[in-house]
Amino acid sequence: MLESVRDLLPIIAVIAFFQLLILRQPIPDLSGLLIGTLLVILGLTLFIHGLKVGLFPIGESMAHDFARKGSLFWLLAFAFALGFGTTIAEPALIAVADEAAKVAATGGMIDESEEAKQSYANGLRMTVALSVGLAIVIGVLRIIKGWPIQYLIIGGYIGVVIMTFFAPPEIIGIAYDSGGVTTSTITVPLVTALGVGLASSIQGRNPLTDGFGLIAFASLTPMIFVMGYGIIL
Amino acid sequence: MSLLSHFLTSLLSTLRDVLPIAIILFGFQLAILRKRIPNLRQILIGFVFVLLGLAFFLEGLEQALFPLGKLMAEQLTAPEFLGLAGGGKGEWAHYFWVYVFAFAIGFSTTIAEPSLIAVAIKANQVSAGAIGTWGLRIAVAIGVAVGISLGAYRIVTGTPLHYYIIIGYILVVIQTVFCPKTIIALAYDSGGVTTSTVTVPLVAALGLGLASNIPGRNPLLDGFGLIAFASLFPIMSVMGYAQLSEWRAQRDKRSR
Repeated sequence: MLESVRDLLPIIAVIAFFQLLILRQPIPDLSGLLIGTLLVILGLTLFIHGLKVGLFPIGESMAHDFARKGSLFWLLAFAFALGFGTTIAEPALIAVADEAAKVAATGGMIDESEEAKQSYANGLRMTVALSVGLAIVIGVLRIIKGWPIQYLIIGGYIGVVIMTFFAPPEIIGIAYDSGGVTTSTITVPLVTALGVGLASSIQGRNPLTDGFGLIAFASLTPMIFVMGYGIIL
Repeated sequence: MSLLSHFLTSLLSTLRDVLPIAIILFGFQLAILRKRIPNLRQILIGFVFVLLGLAFFLEGLEQALFPLGKLMAEQLTAPEFLGLAGGGKGEWAHYFWVYVFAFAIGFSTTIAEPSLIAVAIKANQVSAGAIGTWGLRIAVAIGVAVGISLGAYRIVTGTPLHYYIIIGYILVVIQTVFCPKTIIALAYDSGGVTTSTVTVPLVAALGLGLASNIPGRNPLLDGFGLIAFASLFPIMSVMGYAQLSEWRAQRDKRSR
C-alpha cells in the first residue's frame, strides 16, 4: 500500500504544480479527485499482489511444462494464441484503429462511409493481432535457439525504415504508435513470465539475457505490418 | 449509487479484457499440457486480485487523474495561454511550459505504470538483485520524459516523424555495440512496456491538443507519434544506465 502511494506521488505532484502555479487555477472537484486517487492506490496494490501470486506463477509453470513436454509445435501454437488473443481485444488498439480509419477516410484512401471505416479498422486490428502473435512466436524460437536478440531487432529496424519509404505518409504516425499500444497491462507480466520461465528451463540459456525480449518483438512487428496494410490498401 | 454502477462497468470491461487470456491459459493447460495446475487455488485468487485491482485502478484514473490531466493538456496548449491569440505562429521557445509539462507527465506516469513495475520486479528477481527495481524504473521514466518532450517539440516545429525515429534507431544500434550484453534484451523490452494504461491517454491528449491549436498542424496527421517517441527513448536510457553502472563499477575497482 505504501509502495503504491510512492508510485503515485509524482503524478499528484506534477498535476498540483501545474494546476496551482502555472495555470493558476483551483483544482475542480477536490473530493472526487481524492476518492479517485485512493481507488488508484488501492487498485495498484491489489494488482501487484495478484501479479505475484497469480500471473507470474502460472506463466512460469506453463513455460516449464511446455519445455518438459518438448513439443515445439504446441509451444509455438500457445505463443501465437497468447499474442493474438490478448491483442485483438486490447482497448487501446481498438481506439487507435478507429482513429486510423478516420485518417484514411480524410486522406481519401477509403470511402467516407461508416462501413468502409469499420471494415478498415477491423482489418487493421486483425493485422496488428496477427503481427503480435507472429512476434511472440519468433521471440520464443529465439529463446529456444539462443539467437542473440540484437541481430533480429536490428533486422526489424531495417524493415521499419524500408517500409517507411513506401508507406503512404498518412499511415506512418499511426504505424509507429501502434508498436507501443499493443502490449497491455496483463499481457506484459504474462509474456515476461513465459520468456523467463522458458529461458530458465532450457539448459544453456540465461534468464536475463535470453528470457527478456518478447515484448520488444511485440512492439516492433506491428509497425511493419501496419505500414504493409497501408501499402496494400 | 452512480459511483457503484460506474465501477461495475469498469469491472465488466476489465473482465472482458482478462477473459480471452484466461481462456487461452486454461485451455492450453487442460487440453495440451493435461496437468493439474499446482496451487490452483492461489493462482485463481491471484487472478481475482488482478481483476479487481485493474478495475479499481482504471476507475480511479478515469474519475480523478484523466479528466484533470486532459484539461491541463488542453489549457497548456490553448492559444490564450501560449500567447497565440493574436493569430501569430509563435517561436518554438514560446512553448516552454508545454515541454516542461511533457517531460513531467512522461516521467510521473511511467513511474506509476503497472506493467513496468511488473517487468522491474521480474528483472530484479532474475538478476539476483543486480538490477534495482527503482534504478530501472527511473531510467525508463527519464527516457519516456525526454521522448515525449522531444515529440512535443516535433509537433510544434512540424518536422517529419520518421527522421527522428530513424536517427533514434541508429543511436540504439550504436549503443547496442558498446552496452553490457546482459542488459540488451531488457532494454529493448522496456521500450514496449512503458506505454500502457496510464501514459497513453494523457499523452494522446497532449499530442491532440498541440496539433489542433498550432496553426498549420493537422490533428489527424501530426497528433500521432508521441507514443512512438515514448517507446524508443527508454531503450537508449536503459542502455545508458547500464553503461553508467558498468563504468562506475570499473572505476571503483581501479581506484581500490
